[in-house]
Amino acid sequence: MPNPAATSGDAMPKIGERAPEFTLHSTPDQSVSLSELRGHAVILAFYPADWSPVCGDQMSLYNEVLPEFRKYGAELMGISVDGVWCHAAFARERKLHFPLLADFEPKGAVARRYGVYRLHDGNSERALFVIDASGVVRWRYLSPVGINPGADGILTALENLNQANAPASDRKDA
Amino acid sequence: MAHLTPPVGSRDRDKMQGPPTASVTLVEYGDYECPACGDAYGIIKAVQRAMGDDLCFVFRNFPLSEAHPHAEHAAEIAEEAAVAGQFWPMHDALFENQDALDDGSLLSYGEQLGLDRQRLLRALRGSHAERIREDFLSGVRSGVNGTPGLFVNGRRYDGFGDPESLLAVLRAAMANG
Repeated sequence: MPNPAATSGDAMPKIGERAPEFTLHSTPDQSVSLSELRGHAVILAFYPADWSPVCGDQMSLYNEVLPEFRKYGAELMGISVDGVWCHAAFARERKLHFPLLADFEPKGAVARRYGVYRLHDGNSERALFVIDASGVVRWRYLSPVGINPGADGILTALENLNQANAPASDRKDA
Repeated sequence: MAHLTPPVGSRDRDKMQGPPTASVTLVEYGDYECPACGDAYGIIKAVQRAMGDDLCFVFRNFPLSEAHPHAEHAAEIAEEAAVAGQFWPMHDALFENQDALDDGSLLSYGEQLGLDRQRLLRALRGSHAERIREDFLSGVRSGVNGTPGLFVNGRRYDGFGDPESLLAVLRAAMANG
């Protein structure tokens, strides 16, 4: 389906490139910087908006798969342009056990940096990034915006990361 | 991506209806509390009637237990019923009573099928949890992104909606098989 609002993915950070740094609010009084997560694999899940049905399914699915992500020592972060209060209500209603980051002000700035901002709709693509413990992009996936990309791609990427780091992977995650 | 792992028949624990040698196999990753799986239940019954012995239907657990508070316990009770050879009657009872899946109701469905109360209580405490998680993770690895997650002859089928379109896809798979 042609979608005039869709980005091509060309502007996404490439595999092997350093993931763009950001600091975003995860709650009204807490923020998260990507650089603080060095030492852990990070999964960034950009999604268009809280409450829209497919997003809900995607975040609910990741919520259930969370113990698997953590087996790889990976931290999962959801990111959308919604504000912190909206995220708080959404996370509470869906019982989400991972942070949702508010790419709210300036709106979509992080999505733009990752090449996944949807200009016409004013929200982000449904895009996934797996970033290694040193902050380098190791896997990325741009999903059609209406389709939940599932979790299999993320798990495979984490598995490959673990194999690549096998000799040094004696760190314990928190 | 979107390929069933493990395939049907590679382990002996799959719940099957219809001959394992049927030319078409339909696998559902389902959640007993999911309304869309409730709709699928009726549609799959209709399709099974239309296909007869040409179809083998397999059910695997995919409880979204944070979203559906009774889904995990319902799956536990169905697994306990399976131990007693009563999986399909329980599967049907659960989907026909999606609005009553609290522990008390689950126990009563079990007792109506003649299952042992102590074993049912153990099931509610998680005696089959590992098996259910195995099903769930096999679904995740197969690319299931929501429920019901359907696979026709091992390939994911997304355009689910009504009996006619599902039947058309199954018949096409049969012709290609």
